[in-house]
Amino acid sequence: MEESVAVAELRETFKSGRTRSVAWRKNQLRALIDLINENEDSIFKALHQDLGKHPVESYRDEVGVILKSASYTLSCLDKWVAPRKSELPWLLFPAKGEVQPEPLGVVLIFASWNFPITLALDPLIGAISAGNTVLLKPSELAPACLSFLIETIPHYLDNKAIKVVGGRVEVAERLLQLKWDKIFFTGSPRVGRLVMAAAARYLTPVTLELGAKCPAIVDILSSPFKTKVAAKRIVGGKWGPCTGQACISIDYLLVEEKFASTLIELLKKYIKRFYGENIKDLKSIARIVNKHNFQRLHNLLKDPNVAASVVYGGSVDEDKLVIEPTILLDPPLDSEIMTEEIFGPLLPIITVKKIEESIDFINSKPNPLVIYAFTEDETFKKRILSETSSGTVTFNDSMIQFLCDTLPFGGVGQSGFGRYHGKYSFDTFSHEKAVLHRGFFPELEPRYPPWTNFKLMFIKLAYKFDYLGLILLMMGLKKS
Amino acid sequence: MIMASEVEEKVVFDTESAKEVVKELRANFVAGKTKSYEWRMSQLIAMLKMMEENEPQIVAALRDDLSKPELESSIYEIAMLKKSCGMALKELKHWMMPEKAKTSLTTFPSSAAIVSEPLGVVLVISAWNYPFLLSLDPVVGAIAAGNAIVLKPSEIAPATASLLAKLVVDYLDSSCIKVVEGAVPETSALLEQKWDKILYTGNGRVARIVMAAAAKHLTPVVLELGGKSPVIVDSGINLKVATRRIISGKWGCNNGQACISPDYIITTKDYASKLVDSFKCDLERFYGKNPLESRDLSRIVNSNHFARLSKLLDEDKVSGKIVHGGERDKTNLKIAPTILLDVPRDSLIMNEEIFGPLLPIILVDKVEDSFDVINSSGMKPLAAYLFTNNNKLKEKFVETVSAGGLVVNDTTVHLAEPSLPFGGVGDSGMGAYHGKFSFDTFSHKKAVLYRSFACDAFIRYPPYTRGKLRLLQAFFGGSMLGIIRAVLGWFKA
Repeated sequence: MEESVAVAELRETFKSGRTRSVAWRKNQLRALIDLINENEDSIFKALHQDLGKHPVESYRDEVGVILKSASYTLSCLDKWVAPRKSELPWLLFPAKGEVQPEPLGVVLIFASWNFPITLALDPLIGAISAGNTVLLKPSELAPACLSFLIETIPHYLDNKAIKVVGGRVEVAERLLQLKWDKIFFTGSPRVGRLVMAAAARYLTPVTLELGAKCPAIVDILSSPFKTKVAAKRIVGGKWGPCTGQACISIDYLLVEEKFASTLIELLKKYIKRFYGENIKDLKSIARIVNKHNFQRLHNLLKDPNVAASVVYGGSVDEDKLVIEPTILLDPPLDSEIMTEEIFGPLLPIITVKKIEESIDFINSKPNPLVIYAFTEDETFKKRILSETSSGTVTFNDSMIQFLCDTLPFGGVGQSGFGRYHGKYSFDTFSHEKAVLHRGFFPELEPRYPPWTNFKLMFIKLAYKFDYLGLILLMMGLKKS
Repeated sequence: MIMASEVEEKVVFDTESAKEVVKELRANFVAGKTKSYEWRMSQLIAMLKMMEENEPQIVAALRDDLSKPELESSIYEIAMLKKSCGMALKELKHWMMPEKAKTSLTTFPSSAAIVSEPLGVVLVISAWNYPFLLSLDPVVGAIAAGNAIVLKPSEIAPATASLLAKLVVDYLDSSCIKVVEGAVPETSALLEQKWDKILYTGNGRVARIVMAAAAKHLTPVVLELGGKSPVIVDSGINLKVATRRIISGKWGCNNGQACISPDYIITTKDYASKLVDSFKCDLERFYGKNPLESRDLSRIVNSNHFARLSKLLDEDKVSGKIVHGGERDKTNLKIAPTILLDVPRDSLIMNEEIFGPLLPIILVDKVEDSFDVINSSGMKPLAAYLFTNNNKLKEKFVETVSAGGLVVNDTTVHLAEPSLPFGGVGDSGMGAYHGKFSFDTFSHKKAVLYRSFACDAFIRYPPYTRGKLRLLQAFFGGSMLGIIRAVLGWFKA
């Protein structure tokens, strides 16, 4: 079996210690930057072929993200690999305590199809920076990008330490039968469960980056200017990245009844301006990844009660796998479009009487990766933060938290566990080893049997760091 | 006169019961009962009170379950837990505060923070060897982080389990913190439910079952397991101090039945006899000529483990290697501190975690060969220890030995240091706790980004042009000069 041969080689390479050296890690990261810079056009071409992404979208969401991530990691790596000192109490003097990060070993990364470059290479940056060897399994649903990675990576990176494997579900299943030191998975909750169950056999730690319906609360804002900015950010954030096929895409909106029509008019205006007036003239927007997902999305619209709630768009082009940006107003709450993660260019708007009702609505659904809230009401912001749970909360924008290297990116509950980006990527692929150095002097006699009341008292005081009490005890001035 | 016979109905804790418990806790969690600072503080204070008012009962239960010496109970179970509570009480306000996060040019203008929130309803499954500490120490972290909790203590320490069940009801808020006693059926019923986190302390076999059950609900887990914690003993050290520290970590910790007890020793052929003599001397000083009668040693927990340990000693390859101890008392479940010298690497005793008072010594030619011995098993232990004055050896040790935690020139003390994360890696587990790490492990760290409406970057939006692409490239590059040039270029175009 090919895969186990590959894994055996990765393990040998890890054992040799080569990937532990900071110089090796930096060389790999620099090589990755070269790979991206020297193949930008090929990447644009592959993303266009797989998903219909425009080069600007591809740069913004994939190429640029990886370049930024690799540069940031390079500039911080020396700091990250250094042990973190911890303060120890006088009682243990002389002693030195520190936490030393070390690589986990051989890691498996599963990437999803919607951001096939970013979701493969960003975790890879983390795994390399932490000193591991890696097997990367990009999604076969983005075949041009998969081929690109399989062909290009061996020319730039250390191919005894970093390997790319293609193939379909059967390959993934075979990979999951093997022993890994970490598995990093981006994808659906259904497959996430299978990955974790397989990992359990070897007690392999996992990071699961999943998804759920990410809501955007849209409150009434204090000026038309701000309302326009909000509408732009909603439109740009929903249909800009992969036409809504993103784990952090806005899934649905929550607005007050009286504000809905104003908002809808603004959304329509920006959709037309950004993407075109109708399905024949659509531009600057990706397409649906494949027939299966196209059918799934189309079926969401076929429910007559859902179809009746469409207020903009709704047209589809099956040959080109395109669905135009579509807005729905108050589709039935028990329809599939409101119970399943949409992952496409359909935007339901749910109206409430008062915007505060959004909180209960959101809490009636599984914890999402992100909650977006467009509001200037500080009290409401505090309530959203303390009364809802999500991986992230972003106020007054959409998608952009993805670019923040200092914020952990990950889910909670149904949307997954574990996190990455920036130093969190380094940490997620590291073991934080506690190290305590002690001297031989002084020696504390009361540590040892035979036990006496004196020794018991001594240790009790020691535990409380009651140094005065200890001195008194030793001077015979404290009863034992 | 006919006496009506009373049929005692045993209340069975099955899947339905487990569901009900979780339902109640979840309702109380959602109602916000566990979130407030006041509630968390009140529970931690109540726990301290519980220990202060019940120390003799706790010591008695531990004596029943394990024949644990009073000092070990008072210190390693009660005092350690009090310390843990005390630290949480002192630091909680600080831990609960959001952490500011830096933002960069790419998201300008904005501000960011990381907010800690409770995960929800968590399950703590504890072990039998430190049944009090390993039950309540994770509970301290779960309370501090604002969760509702079910504690499942080990049935192999039944006196402590019953006592815990009673004390939790008497002292803590039982609408939010519950103890479920029982064995495999009850644990299985609990594992079928959806938890927001599970912390399990125990062995690898059951850990796999726990993680597989957690996978069904995408529940994150912390697994505190074990392994064979090696001790490398170099020459040229203060042998007396080293020996005592090893004895204290081995037989002084529940008679070797501890996850971080030194499991086996590696030393050079030249040094071995000195080491053995030093052990013999101090073992007699600490435990007397008849260690089976010493009150300062725990007994073996039950007959299953006694049989398991006896089997390790009786194996042909190994029975002739005993250089000290080996005495057993089956009735009282006692085994004397036993040292074995030059044990073959393929013996049973070298291929499973001993978890008992047997200490094999492996011999190597050079002390540097120890690292290969440790790494060759492919299984990473929970702890590894080195006694040496050689700085280069210390460096190599820290660099090449992978374990949950390492200690140089002592054993087990890192457990008591809350600024160090306590947990395993590989086969010894995943995740960590103690001190602030406990609070973190039971929290969700929510990222929060606050954006302003000003400076909306038009380059984000279509229509997409080459100019926007160049601007984006400059922007991602992060250099002000690059951005200025691109903007000027934009105006030129």
